[in-house]
Amino acid sequence: MLEPAPGTEPGRSPVTASATAASDPAMREAAAVTPSATLRGLGISPGRSAGRVYRMADPPLLPNPVPVTDPSAEITRAVRGLEDAAEELARRAAKAADPAARDILEAQAVMAGDPMLRESVDQYVGAGMDAAHAIDAACAHHREALVSVGGYVAERASDLDDIGNRAIAAVLGLPMPGVPSPGHPFILAAEDLAPADTVNLDPGSVLALVTEKGGPTSHTAILARALGLPAVVACSGATGIADGTWVSVDGDTGEVGTGIGEEVAGEIQRRALAERDRLGRTSGPGRTADGYPVKLLLNIGSVADARGGAAAEGVGLFRTEFLFLDRRTAPTHEEQVSAYAAVLHAFPGAQVVIRTLDAGTDKPLPFLGLADEINPALGVRGLRVARRRPEVLDAQLDAIAEAAGASDASPWVMAPMVTTPGEAADFARRARSRGLVNVGGMVEVPAAALHARRLLDELDFLSIGTNDLSQYTFASDRQHGDLADLLDPWQPALLHLIAQCAEAGRVVGKPVGVCGEAAADPLLATVLVGLGVTSLSMSARSVPAVRDALARHSADQCRHNAQLALAAHDPEEARRAVREAW
Amino acid sequence: MPERTVAVASRSGLHARPAKIFVEAVARQEIAVRIRVGDGKPVPANSMLAVLSLGAKHGTEVTLDADGPGADEVLASLAELLARDLDVEAVTDA
Repeated sequence: MLEPAPGTEPGRSPVTASATAASDPAMREAAAVTPSATLRGLGISPGRSAGRVYRMADPPLLPNPVPVTDPSAEITRAVRGLEDAAEELARRAAKAADPAARDILEAQAVMAGDPMLRESVDQYVGAGMDAAHAIDAACAHHREALVSVGGYVAERASDLDDIGNRAIAAVLGLPMPGVPSPGHPFILAAEDLAPADTVNLDPGSVLALVTEKGGPTSHTAILARALGLPAVVACSGATGIADGTWVSVDGDTGEVGTGIGEEVAGEIQRRALAERDRLGRTSGPGRTADGYPVKLLLNIGSVADARGGAAAEGVGLFRTEFLFLDRRTAPTHEEQVSAYAAVLHAFPGAQVVIRTLDAGTDKPLPFLGLADEINPALGVRGLRVARRRPEVLDAQLDAIAEAAGASDASPWVMAPMVTTPGEAADFARRARSRGLVNVGGMVEVPAAALHARRLLDELDFLSIGTNDLSQYTFASDRQHGDLADLLDPWQPALLHLIAQCAEAGRVVGKPVGVCGEAAADPLLATVLVGLGVTSLSMSARSVPAVRDALARHSADQCRHNAQLALAAHDPEEARRAVREAW
Repeated sequence: MPERTVAVASRSGLHARPAKIFVEAVARQEIAVRIRVGDGKPVPANSMLAVLSLGAKHGTEVTLDADGPGADEVLASLAELLARDLDVEAVTDA
């Protein structure tokens, strides 16, 4: 771990810490001459990168109120803060690649310049508040009004919180909270990254991600793999590195090196680009060095995710949730048919696995009307929703069957979170009665893995969702940063369950794939293939590195890797043993 | 005071991009314009926060009012804007 930089003792408020690091050139100088130190975390998205690190600034904390002697000057300060926030949001909107993100940011910029917001700020300053407190109070006042409307409008309340944080930071002379924009490519360091933080992340300007918290299945990990950025999570000390420090990031080993200079960083970048270039030229179906085929498939949420798809062999996991999000009523039959047909058209003649709705009290969908549960992860979710709302599943299967007929395709369908052979049989009956022929289930619960063979008596294939299978096998919440080591996909106990599923498939001659994040780790991919897994499904960006890793290992070497990993006592030992065998 | 009542045509209602387009159009006018739903309290139509707080959905009838030079023309052009599906136009823009 790095020594904290002088003057930033642990436990100081985020405002002070980030202000010191960002505004004091002497301190950045001091950090630049710190002798080299290596931080260690969990490498969760492969590849190497190097560059200057900038940390995501925390929202400002309000200082103690200051008595106001000149109200009109105070109003000017507050208004300038709001203007700065509006300008920053407009600038981010102009740079946003995603049209939906741009719309949100543009609307937010208009909101920051809202005349009623200014009027409230005037009133609060008039009542004796300083600029920062007046902005805070004005935002809180209007937030209340938005929340009381409910629905979509209530969700905009968080936009107002963000405006308040930005304006207050501007008034206090602190860096704007959120993803920094130093004006050149950089390595982003953060406590953890939430979807809201990264909606506007520009993959062209971010070289790598390093977070203090998070695990292999956290949002940071999924995002990094989707963008093809090297990433290290659960890296203690990551946010203690001063802004502007040159660091190297190894997304395979989990090492973050400081104390390098611009020259070394440049060399690492050159090599990383050459490697990416080489991987980008790989093509063709997945196979081991001796030609044993392993299907490389994509995880997608809509047709758009398949673009830049590095010539995968089909879709291993088509999540259908997007059709159902933010809705008070179920999508119509026609809407569903056209969404499924669009994906089937995009992959003519290829395997496309459509997963039926994976929702529940952990991922609530308003139209399902499910009651709140004390322990949603262990409640009515996945296929279990069909116990309460079977018509939703039936309607979805009807639409899939019609899309299949119209596209002259033969999609595979699978149910999320199948637990017992009885549930598998029920799902298979519903799907087959509609003419769907390739019917499978996801193995996400240990009970399903233990009885994989019995599940395969009812189903045509299995797909292992390693993220949830980890969560349930190790009794560890997927989002829990402190338990990241338990959620490591290299855990030998998890690999044993995968081996059991693959063996069941081998015995009866039915496919068993992996569609969790584990499949995107090139080294672990060789282990999974060695365990007998027949397909690997991942984000489009992960395909080239996995294809390359398989092409450099024979089937026997994969089996050997699998034995090494199974025999290891913990994930680190498993990784080390397999890496050394390469 | 001149008034115009019009049903919101945008599919997502007077939210997000449609609300932004409308509020910006109002801000370009020389006179103050207010907006209300039914017999509700009129609010300044140049305020994003106020317009969002109306909670106007697709098909909700909103009433605009304004006073001053050219009020009728201003109201006519703003009503025409609300009668268009600004979500669709958003898509074509992108």
